[in-house]
Amino acid sequence: MRATDHGRLRAKTQFWAVVSVLSNVAGNSALTYGMQSLGGVGNTPAALIEALFHPWVAAGVALLIVWTFAHMALLSWADLSYVMPVTAIGYVVTAFAGKFLLGEIVSPMRWAGIVLITAGVTLVGRTPPASELHD
Amino acid sequence: MKWFLVVLCMISTTVGDVFRSLGMRSHGEIHDFRPGALGSALHAIVRNWMVIVSTCAMAVSFFSFMKLVSIAPMTFAVPMSAATFIPETLLARYLLRERVDWRRWTGIALIVIGVVFIAQ
Repeated sequence: MRATDHGRLRAKTQFWAVVSVLSNVAGNSALTYGMQSLGGVGNTPAALIEALFHPWVAAGVALLIVWTFAHMALLSWADLSYVMPVTAIGYVVTAFAGKFLLGEIVSPMRWAGIVLITAGVTLVGRTPPASELHD
Repeated sequence: MKWFLVVLCMISTTVGDVFRSLGMRSHGEIHDFRPGALGSALHAIVRNWMVIVSTCAMAVSFFSFMKLVSIAPMTFAVPMSAATFIPETLLARYLLRERVDWRRWTGIALIVIGVVFIAQ
C-alpha cells in the first residue's frame, strides 16, 4: 500500500473514531441518566421496551444508533484490536465531562487512570489501523 | 443477578464485536459516505449473516447493560465493560488473524488497568 493510502486511511480512521467516541459517550450518558431517573425497571422485556419511550432513554438509543453505524464503518477497514482500544479514550472523555459539566471531583486515583488510558490509547494509535498496513 | 448480567454482557459484547468485525471485513471498506451510497451499503450489510448475528448479540449486550446500570453503580458497571478487551484481543489475534504487536498488547493492558482506576 502506498504512503498516501496509508495517510488517507489513518485520517479517515481518526475522524470516524472521534464520531464513534462522542456518540457512544453521549449515548451512554443519556441512557444512564434516563434509566436512573426512571427508578426500578422490571426484568421483563416489556418493561425494558417501555423504558425506551422515556425521552432521555430514547435520546441515548438514537445516539447509540449513530455509534453503531460509525463503529461498523470503522470495522470495514480497521482491525478490531485497533478500534476497540483507540475508542477507549471515551472513558477519559466521560471523566472530563463529569468534572467540567457536572462539577464532579476527580480523585488522584482517577487522574492516574486517565493518564494510563491516554498512554494506552496513544500507544495503540501509533500502530497501523489495519494488519495489511504492517511492513 | 448482578454477576449474571456481567457475564451475559461480556459474552454478548465479545460475540457482537467479533462477528461485526468479520461481517464488515467481508463487506469491504466503506469509501463513499454520501446518503445514496450509504443506503446501498446498508442494504448489503443487513443481509450479511455475520452482521445479523452481531446485531442480535449487541441487542442482548445493550439490554443487559441497561439493566446492569439500573441496579449497580457506574463504578462497578464501567470497569466490567472494559473486561471484554482481553477476550476480544485474544480472538482478534487467533480467530481474526490480526497482527497484534507488543504496542497493542501493552496499550490494552494500560487501558484495562486505567479503567479500573478511573472507576474508583
